[in-house]
Amino acid sequence: MSGLEDLYREIILDHYRSPRNRGELPAPPARRTEGFNPLCGDEIVVYVDLDDPSKGDAATITDIKIGGQGCSISQASASMMSAAVKGHTLAEIEALTREFKAMMSIHESTLEGEADAIDDTGSADSNGSGVPALGDLEALRGVVKFPVRIKCATLSWNTLAQALDESDQESDATA
Amino acid sequence: MTDTTHTHTLDTTRVKADFPLLASRGDLTYLDSAASAQKPRVVIDTMSEFYETTYANVARGVYGIAEEATNRVEAARAKVARFIGAPSADEIVFTKNATEGLNLVAQSWGRANLRPGDAVLLTEMEHHANIVPWQILAGQLGLEIRWIPVGDDGLLRLDDLDRLLDGVRVLGVSAMSNVLGTLNPVTDLAAAAHAAGAIVSVDACQFVPHNQTDVVAMGADFISFSGHKMLGPTGVGVLWGRAELLEAMPPFLGGGGMIEHVTVEGFSSAPSPHKFEAGTPPIVEIVGLGAAIDYLEDLGMDRVREHEVTLTAYALRTLGSRFGDSLRIHGPSEPAQRGGVFSLALDDLHPHDVSQVLDTRGVCVRAGHHCAKPLMKVLGVGATARASVYVYNDESDIDALADALAEAQRFFAL
Repeated sequence: MSGLEDLYREIILDHYRSPRNRGELPAPPARRTEGFNPLCGDEIVVYVDLDDPSKGDAATITDIKIGGQGCSISQASASMMSAAVKGHTLAEIEALTREFKAMMSIHESTLEGEADAIDDTGSADSNGSGVPALGDLEALRGVVKFPVRIKCATLSWNTLAQALDESDQESDATA
Repeated sequence: MTDTTHTHTLDTTRVKADFPLLASRGDLTYLDSAASAQKPRVVIDTMSEFYETTYANVARGVYGIAEEATNRVEAARAKVARFIGAPSADEIVFTKNATEGLNLVAQSWGRANLRPGDAVLLTEMEHHANIVPWQILAGQLGLEIRWIPVGDDGLLRLDDLDRLLDGVRVLGVSAMSNVLGTLNPVTDLAAAAHAAGAIVSVDACQFVPHNQTDVVAMGADFISFSGHKMLGPTGVGVLWGRAELLEAMPPFLGGGGMIEHVTVEGFSSAPSPHKFEAGTPPIVEIVGLGAAIDYLEDLGMDRVREHEVTLTAYALRTLGSRFGDSLRIHGPSEPAQRGGVFSLALDDLHPHDVSQVLDTRGVCVRAGHHCAKPLMKVLGVGATARASVYVYNDESDIDALADALAEAQRFFAL
């Protein structure tokens, strides 16, 4: 059994207790997307404002707010995500999402072993590409040791991806 | 051998020793019997022994062990009938679980008897298994679904029952809530429903394992429950239905075992209950369920219920005095009105976080919406952490739960 401290790192508890970018944005113009974890009933609402949607991947998230309710892992992950993506382009966010999901992915070879055995996907913070660093999000690495909680960590990311994916103003996502 | 040879209360130390998992995992505090119960040695051994000595398909072969296997299944059917006070073993349909029984009622009785615009009355505390089958049928036939509300005290609000029942053809009600523990007044509800011209389908999944059951006294038309919540194996459930209703109903699943005759033009059905048991049944599981019933009858269902009332009172008292307002226990406050199911809200902590801390102490509870999302909405929560007790639990398990909850409070220190 892994220790609680592996899961609930101090930075996670900090984001849980003091969530960043909590609230709503008027939608429209903001995109509003709901995500559900059917397993536990958690739901999350992501509001995003883009500077200019017509710019496609080059559009920038100018503001993001998080609503809904969930456990400390889903709330902290959403809070960290909101802080990480604000001010970045959709292309950069897509790269960050890929990196985060890779960190959260669980392979058969690591099911029994330590999460640390997962290859580091390579930090993108110093390559000058503009892709935001995982930074605080690294703290969620320990979640992989608790497989049932992985969906808690990825719920907000899937919801954001859905929000950015589509042109509809209203939509639902499922973890 | 039930009554006089035992002391008045359950000897939980002895009971616990009958359960190999609990005996070998002294580090665990198992408080998730409302999801599934642990199995006594006698159930496991009976099933192994059956596989090793008697196993064959049933109702087919004329050779010795096939006949014996058939006899064992039919003996289990008779045992189930006696256990719930059913007038006849022919009224016992083996399903794979309670969910299948509830779906069978909706799709077989419902499709044959309901018309567009008919109303179905459910309660807000139903499990999805007694909601979604009716929603599916409502989509197929165009039915109206109404709801009996749940009050803050965890009890059904029945002041408006007559109006709600007007024009209703089916009442679907849980005998005991899997979230609140509430014991619903099924007998009264059934009488009112019958007076209004409705039939009654009861989800007795949480009730039958914990209470002396008398289907005749209950007055319902259909009662569904699962084997695995009553110390039996997974994969077997029971639907009891009144004989005249079962006889008139069309089959649910088609296949082998449920027919009387088949030609290229069509088929005729076997009589109930076999009409509703298409395909090879869960033979060994049925035999295992029979062993579980023997075990429960040995303990005595009156004593099981009494033990749980005592334990419920202890839990409500202990948790209440230790945590005060920081712990909310959903459901009725009076032990006589409820079973040993405790849905907890600790401060503002999320149930998943609470149960994660509990897990580090070996305390097994269920966190989530418990397949009762409409009820979660009524309670104003997304989920709860639920502890539930059974014959092998005692005060020490409640104390372990309380200690672990205190640890969760300390860990998150919000």
